[in-house]
Amino acid sequence: MCGIAGIVNLNGQPVEPTLLGRMIERIRHRGPDDCGTHTDKQVGLAHARLSIIDLAFGGQPMHNEDKSVSIVFNGEIFNYLELRADLLRRGHRFRTQCDTEVILRLYEESGEECVRHLNGQWAFAIWDSRRERLFLSRDRLGVRPLFYSVADQTVMFGSEMKSILALPHVSREIDPVALDQIFTFWVTLPPRTTFKGVRELPPGHSLTVQQGRITVARHWGLDYEAGGEDAADGARTEDEYSAKLLELLVDATRIRLRSDVPVGAYLSGGLDSTLVTALIRRSTGASVKTFSIGFDDPEFDESRYQNEAVRFLGTHHQDVRCTGADIGRVFPDVVWHAERPILRTAPAPLYILSGLVRKHGYKVVLTGEGSDEMLGGYDIFKEAKIRRFCAARPESRLRPLLLKRLYPYLGNLQSQSGAYLQAFFGARRDETGDEFFSHLPRWQLTSKLKTIFSDSVRSQIGAYDGLAELRDALPAGYSGWDGLCQAQYLEAAYLLPGYILSSQGDRMAMAHSVEGRFPFLDHRVVEFAARIPPRLKMRVLNEKYLLKRCAEGLVPPSVRKRAKQPYRAPEGKCFFGGARLEYVDELLSPERVAQDGIFNPATVQKLVAKFRDGRAVGIKDNMALVGVLSTQLVVDQFIRGFREEFAYAERRAGTAAICH
Amino acid sequence: MPNVEQELRRFVIDNFPFGQVGEGLSNEDSFLDQGIIDSTGVLELVTFLEETYEIKVEDEELIPDNLDSINRLVKFLERKLQVSQ
Repeated sequence: MCGIAGIVNLNGQPVEPTLLGRMIERIRHRGPDDCGTHTDKQVGLAHARLSIIDLAFGGQPMHNEDKSVSIVFNGEIFNYLELRADLLRRGHRFRTQCDTEVILRLYEESGEECVRHLNGQWAFAIWDSRRERLFLSRDRLGVRPLFYSVADQTVMFGSEMKSILALPHVSREIDPVALDQIFTFWVTLPPRTTFKGVRELPPGHSLTVQQGRITVARHWGLDYEAGGEDAADGARTEDEYSAKLLELLVDATRIRLRSDVPVGAYLSGGLDSTLVTALIRRSTGASVKTFSIGFDDPEFDESRYQNEAVRFLGTHHQDVRCTGADIGRVFPDVVWHAERPILRTAPAPLYILSGLVRKHGYKVVLTGEGSDEMLGGYDIFKEAKIRRFCAARPESRLRPLLLKRLYPYLGNLQSQSGAYLQAFFGARRDETGDEFFSHLPRWQLTSKLKTIFSDSVRSQIGAYDGLAELRDALPAGYSGWDGLCQAQYLEAAYLLPGYILSSQGDRMAMAHSVEGRFPFLDHRVVEFAARIPPRLKMRVLNEKYLLKRCAEGLVPPSVRKRAKQPYRAPEGKCFFGGARLEYVDELLSPERVAQDGIFNPATVQKLVAKFRDGRAVGIKDNMALVGVLSTQLVVDQFIRGFREEFAYAERRAGTAAICH
Repeated sequence: MPNVEQELRRFVIDNFPFGQVGEGLSNEDSFLDQGIIDSTGVLELVTFLEETYEIKVEDEELIPDNLDSINRLVKFLERKLQVSQ
């Protein structure tokens, strides 16, 4: 795992090597072990390396024999051994044991079609000097990040936006429409990013630059066309589905253990990470090193289940306690790495957790990410099912009470009457046909926060309609998919890459040079899961039903049967009530809010007063506070000044190689 | 109850900063329609009523008919305060 960056001059001028150095220095946390640059004609490539496979000879940029093809690569190709064996049979010769070289040879063999053979998580750039063609590719589900920018006859790309923003060509400016999207969907809709001048290469896409032309094309997409029918495989029984799913997960885990450094696992106390840990143990036959985070606040803490999993699976366990004060302390670093406003503090504990992993000398962890999206675990799926059930009989007073079953951990909700539940979650019968039926309550609730924007931001957003943009981007056939599949698609195509795998995933792990690997996001698992009938994913209101069957005997019964608890962390109160946080006072002061011009100072003051006075605060208050504070931090660190120090400068100074 | 009405207005405007109308809130505006109150907001509102006016709001009274606008709140409070006198 690593960081990559590069420049193409469309006017044919050679690339200034110091610019490459400046880009890669910004993301050295991704690859502290080594770094390198390469320039050829109008192209420059840069790489920061976290050594995981072939520690001695895997340096990058890597070239073929005559240096006509060069690659920089961030990620892992898990089936590289099989691909390598196949390429050897076809007469290719290898100089390293590295998966990087496998991509290089595969590109020589099959050109840009090479990505179809890859099982893994990647963002790479290949410069084909003979064709004078640059080829950028990003993995199917968006595990690894890739951003680019086009300005002044120059194409720039990098693993994180800060490497692009470090260049003089790129203006550093917040995009008001991006704010509108985040304060609706929790994510930006790619290619849009927080910054006007930077674009995101969407998951499952490639980008080519040749003869001054830039082309972006999709190479993979999530498809629920067969959801429920599984015509391709013929009718399967429940047992057959369960056996096939387990078989795929076993193999997905097995190939994700390929590494020349030891591999650990995150253990949240939930079904997904516990199952992954069990499958690692089954594959290696040895005890697994596991890491988890606990909270002092029992509302968020899952230590009890983590400990049961540790005992059941006999792991070597490390955990770290996280308090609200810890979250308040690390939050500026969290936003620096996330590079965008966030509405939740949940990334912060994951940032602390990756620090624990690194402290124990581990660089690689397997986690349970992706299971909820692919196998039907999220509450929003259940919520939509109940809302549909309510909408079918709007006069029923009892049906809305089912909504209480949904969120047993939300005390406030438990004391609501059916009439209010109906008002918050209810749907009219005619709304059930809406393609966003499942997500409308969430997005409408979040959109209410936009009244906190300044008049100037609101006028710049104007009549922009995010739902219309999203509707236009839906895949053909979407409207015919089962309701659960539609909801799964919205989670997997947007929230997963745009928030879960980035703000909570890659960026928090890489902040401490840790690589995450996700068996549930093996594309064979994902494609199979898309064909599982919805009734087996959500059995009545029993989420991840089929996965729970798979996990029988592999995880502790208490973990398998426990009520689903989404991962959450203490929110707005982290920033008040404890030791005074200077940055909070400064960034939320009326003067500063007015100067930065993004939010309405009076509204922000009312909100802050609620927190300072310790008055009861609700979901919206929390989202608004975290959203405002993180946006102000983005402005502070990326726009006002471009943060010069690095979060882990001391470690870098000690161990990182200097990039020439 | 003009004072009560003013107190309720102030509470709603200060505590639910995300309404569309802010100071322009009319006595008939539905808190739900205006996006002022969410599921936790109802609890905040009820806590305020119970503490300020020393009444007890029963579970079955937690309905929009009683709580969803300034006017409805005033009427609801009138009834409750009469009963408790």
